[in-house]
Amino acid sequence: MQSQMIKTMVGPAVAAILLMFLLPTILETYTLTLLVVYGMLGLSLGLIWGFGGILCFGQAAFFGLGAYAYAIAAINIGESTLPAFIGILVPMVVAFLLGAMMFYGRLADVYMGVITLVFTLILFRFMNSTAGPEYVIGKARLGGFNGIPGYQTLNVPGFPDEYIYGDALYYLAFSLLIIVYLFLRWFLKTSFGRTAIAIRENEERVELMGYDVRIRKTLLFSLGGGIAGLAGVLYASWAEIVTPGLFSLGQSAEIIIWCIVGGLGVLVGPIFGGMLIGLMKFLLGQQSVIDNTLILGLVLVLFVLFLPKGVVPTLIKWLPKGRKNSRKRRRKSQGRNRRSEA
Amino acid sequence: MDLAAVIFVETAYAIASLILISMGLAVVFGMMRVINLAHGEFMMMGGYTTIMAVNAGINIYIAILIVAPLVVGIIGLVVERLVIRHLYGRLVDTMLATWGLSLFFVGIVTMIFGNTTTGISTPISGFQIGDYQINGYNFFIIVLVIVLLIATYALLKGTRLGLIARGTMQRSDIAAALGYDPERVYMLTFMTGSALSGLAGAVLAPLVGLVPTSGGAYIAKSFITVVAGGPSIITGLVSSAASFGFINQVFTFGISPVVGEIALLVGAVILLRLMPQGITGRFFKGKL
Repeated sequence: MQSQMIKTMVGPAVAAILLMFLLPTILETYTLTLLVVYGMLGLSLGLIWGFGGILCFGQAAFFGLGAYAYAIAAINIGESTLPAFIGILVPMVVAFLLGAMMFYGRLADVYMGVITLVFTLILFRFMNSTAGPEYVIGKARLGGFNGIPGYQTLNVPGFPDEYIYGDALYYLAFSLLIIVYLFLRWFLKTSFGRTAIAIRENEERVELMGYDVRIRKTLLFSLGGGIAGLAGVLYASWAEIVTPGLFSLGQSAEIIIWCIVGGLGVLVGPIFGGMLIGLMKFLLGQQSVIDNTLILGLVLVLFVLFLPKGVVPTLIKWLPKGRKNSRKRRRKSQGRNRRSEA
Repeated sequence: MDLAAVIFVETAYAIASLILISMGLAVVFGMMRVINLAHGEFMMMGGYTTIMAVNAGINIYIAILIVAPLVVGIIGLVVERLVIRHLYGRLVDTMLATWGLSLFFVGIVTMIFGNTTTGISTPISGFQIGDYQINGYNFFIIVLVIVLLIATYALLKGTRLGLIARGTMQRSDIAAALGYDPERVYMLTFMTGSALSGLAGAVLAPLVGLVPTSGGAYIAKSFITVVAGGPSIITGLVSSAASFGFINQVFTFGISPVVGEIALLVGAVILLRLMPQGITGRFFKGKL
């Protein structure tokens, strides 16, 4: 089992590392870093939505929390190692609490959508209104609409003057993405991961078998929050400023679009979706004939109507190797529809 | 005494405007179990239609009450035919598709009108209560909302059309067996909902500076109000709007408008945690 497991990991890992070194020949690493961050953020929602069946309308909240927590901690502490962990931990804990509130209250579909959306809005409104000098955490002023600039960006652990930026930040971000991806591949093979998938398929049945669905969903949600937080930390280090726009509804919508476009139920899907849409936005941003938002909206509508499974699962289905699994996948998508009818 | 009157009017206005902005969404969600996340953009387009109509020389009341609902209703009809009808019964997918539509409309309006603020002045001037100035237009909104609520209730409860609509929502197969085409009923319901959204946007147009992204400000509030209201359309809408409007005003007057907004949102989270099926999922069951 163990060796088989490792064997299935080697292929994707090698491919990913190759990709990591090939991509900079096409695009600047500055742009690529952002795309990798988007991929990570897409992955965080892809995990909880695609494998836990939890549609979170506020994944941006954890992204923003990670970025803000990192920025505030970095101003107060200086050296970036501890702030980076704080940036992951804070959204994780918040996601745990929010998740516990929702899942122990047995909230599902629309109601969960409302709560996560409202939670994002609360953060957005609050952060926007913190312009005054009385909103201070330690040495860090929250800055309201203008956000927080001028914090310590990521540095080599232990050497506060050795900043990780440019190419180095890109390789760091991509390596972290690969590590998180491989970790999740392993994670979904563990009994916890398998139970999570079972919960997505049929929550009631899993519960009748004696599993505590609530704590499992809460933990999965919290893990997703942590990964979004990591994406936030990387973003904060890349952008060198954090603003309340990170919490905006548009940001949350985008993450959902990445997942739909890339495809759910496959870990690569949302990563691919995030990078693809990010790239598309980047290219569209260089022209001014057509509005960016219009294209994004159109993409989302067309995908929901004509390719609801997303690009990656559809591609896998067309590859001969994936054919034999296609029945399994069909059942999966039926499960998704059933849930949404309920 | 004057302050009490002002606070009373302001609270009534807060509740009325919550009902106003949620009405279109409530009809579509309550009757069809479809969440239209492009609702805010329908309102925004209603607002733009009004401003364009007024600038073209049409009387402002005709622009608000007739032109805007008509135009947005037709847009809703097109949207229903092209997108929504393929997604009935798939709640999450409709939410995603309509979210895409909302981005699409923001993009289109930005391309046509540009990213600038437009607006018209209110047709009713303000007046004094003691030391305080009250916006006369607020009364127009309160009265309009009451009329709308009564009209919707009468339409659903009193007319044959309403009966068919309610029947189709409960058991579309039986309605179809009795010779009523569910497709048509859904289509008309969605169109009515869109027209109501357009009307809401038109009514609010004189009060706000309109930008293409204005819709985003409404969608969250109306979404919350409708979902917290639960399955019954009118009772749910009124009860949740009343609770949220009240909470909002208490904190707005007590502390500050921002805290009022946040209190409303926190209140919504607590309310949904306590009543996961919305207010009318627990109380007033079976009411319209």
